[in-house]
Amino acid sequence: MTSTDQQPFLSVRDLKVHFSTEDGVVKAVDGLSFDLAKGKTLGIVGESGSGKSVTNLTILGLHDRDRTSIDGEILLDGKELLTASERELEQLRGNKMSMIFQDALASLSPYHTIGKQIGETYRKHTGASKKEARERAIEMLRRVGIPQPDVRVDDYPHQFSGGMRQRAMIAMALVCDPELLIADEPTTALDVTVQAQIMDLLKDLQQEFGTAIIFITHDLGVIADIADDVLVMYGGRCVERGTKKEVLRAPQHPYTWGLLGSMPSLEGPVDVPLSPIPGSPPSLLNPPSGCRFHPRCTFAEKVQGGLCSTEQPLLDITDGRGSACHLTDDQRREFFADYAATRSH
Amino acid sequence: MSNTNPLLDVTGLTKHFPVMGGFPFKRKIGAVQAVDGLDFQVAEGESLGLVGESGCGKSTTGRLITRLLEPTGGSIKYRGQDITHAGRKQLAPVRSEIQMIFQDPYASLNPRQTVGKIISGPMEINGINPPGGHEKRVRELLETVGLNPEHYNRFPHEFSGGQRQRIGVARALALEPKLIVADEPVSALDVSIQAQVVNLLQELQQDLGIAFVFIAHDLAVVRHFSQRVAVMYLGKIVEIADREDLYDNPRHPYTRALLSAVPEATADDIPARERIRLTGDVPSPLNPPSGCRFRTRCWKATEKCATEAPPLVQVAGNKEGHLTACHYPETHDTVPAPRLSKDVAA
Repeated sequence: MTSTDQQPFLSVRDLKVHFSTEDGVVKAVDGLSFDLAKGKTLGIVGESGSGKSVTNLTILGLHDRDRTSIDGEILLDGKELLTASERELEQLRGNKMSMIFQDALASLSPYHTIGKQIGETYRKHTGASKKEARERAIEMLRRVGIPQPDVRVDDYPHQFSGGMRQRAMIAMALVCDPELLIADEPTTALDVTVQAQIMDLLKDLQQEFGTAIIFITHDLGVIADIADDVLVMYGGRCVERGTKKEVLRAPQHPYTWGLLGSMPSLEGPVDVPLSPIPGSPPSLLNPPSGCRFHPRCTFAEKVQGGLCSTEQPLLDITDGRGSACHLTDDQRREFFADYAATRSH
Repeated sequence: MSNTNPLLDVTGLTKHFPVMGGFPFKRKIGAVQAVDGLDFQVAEGESLGLVGESGCGKSTTGRLITRLLEPTGGSIKYRGQDITHAGRKQLAPVRSEIQMIFQDPYASLNPRQTVGKIISGPMEINGINPPGGHEKRVRELLETVGLNPEHYNRFPHEFSGGQRQRIGVARALALEPKLIVADEPVSALDVSIQAQVVNLLQELQQDLGIAFVFIAHDLAVVRHFSQRVAVMYLGKIVEIADREDLYDNPRHPYTRALLSAVPEATADDIPARERIRLTGDVPSPLNPPSGCRFRTRCWKATEKCATEAPPLVQVAGNKEGHLTACHYPETHDTVPAPRLSKDVAA
């Protein structure tokens, strides 16, 4: 999000994704906008049900079209994705944009060899022969650090360990050198040492190919490691946005403070209790009025006129930095100082 | 840590799961060495954290302590009483003092029972009739864990994940246990909810003096919750120490690598600790490496490591009660580990 004058690689504008269910309309994403430049990583943080995964399924066009109503626009390299036909999307998926999922075992077919699954995407988009596809699969497996790729290419997913499966998924996602990679909690199911390997791998590959990455996670530590920019989501909306440094060092939104205060650390004092956010995330079937965070926000009563429960705060973004909160700048400075003091004593 | 009279004293605890196979008649063809010779103590009111990656045997250890699994070898003593192979009758009084909290708040509560029934279950089984009746006690417990006592007649599906975990905690508290084995109690919860439950457990530990065996893979949560921490790798404890010692002065290469792999939510350009990247995966517990089990991923491994299993001892430079199982323990000025080439791991 460096320059505003030229067209960003990916641009999402006022995206609204609503699902109709038996119980009513679920407003999974409610007015989300962001940009992403080539070679950059956007980290999306949020808890379960904050709409982070839905956003990305929508970008890929993987939502259920019959039950979803979508508003807004998604431009990938100038191409509108929301109005694109299924055929056009098929051309883009796996080729120009691709995705890594959380559960690698569930995302790989147990009946086909790893090599075949990686090669399939390649053959579809390049028209390569089986032999070429196999060569390509071996090359990709080598690149993601699978030992003996020429042997392992004929293995089935169950013969791989968790970390290796995730690597195979990355190989599959990157086989056509996509320009946009969406990684939805790719390391959540992995152990920390393997998680560190996978994140290093993604960073290396990004440097090599200049891929734009959207990295979805609930772990702010992972964000600190991999992201350039951060978008914090709550209840289907963006509550805060900025560079990694801005968001982690000087968070503006009470929800972000709460998230950071909830996380135990490897450093610092041990006997200070954590400062969790009270309550639980809202139901998107019947979201709270006004600011969706207000029922859990300890600062809501400090805002004049009870604005928080009646009026939706606007996301005030300048130069890619901003938050959606009714607190005045002075109040925010004061409360943040208090918050920072409790975190560091 | 007082070693004089520990609440729980575990020595040489071993669990091997037989692997059956062969044709036409199934026979034992191997054993998964899930837990292999653990020694540790838990003092009264103390919290011991067990950390390690998946497959290191930490959950098996929890199940062995609660005797949900039968140990293959070693001994478990609870308050001096040997319960390693104790029978049902002998175990009954001990079981009411050792309770468990499970990971999955969805699977560990019976969906067809009301909260009241779930929490009073342990009391009914043990024939305990608290003054004022079960309902009064359950309402008290609900209040203790931060739930509304009016929700006595609700069913688990009416609660969120964090609230369900609180129900699991209330059930564990029903018998006023001395020791709670908590197996990944917060890992299924959202970050903000996780902190609520950790704080609740911490209050209980401090106010009621309950000892905990806290099993988790999240090193930061364990540091926050446990006074003493044991790091496990492939069925063995590689390092055990008081919290400050372990996190500030890790002596086992694996502990160090594990700590350096945890991403921290700071935006500093210089990471808090040097990065050590392990390559490869944890070997199979079916056929663990000879000698030191970590040697296949260790950058310091020598011949000696392959032949001789390092004992868990207080190596030079360790504080009292800090035990490390390594032939070449780390020092503060150790040069950061080189990245291993990929073929070493293969």
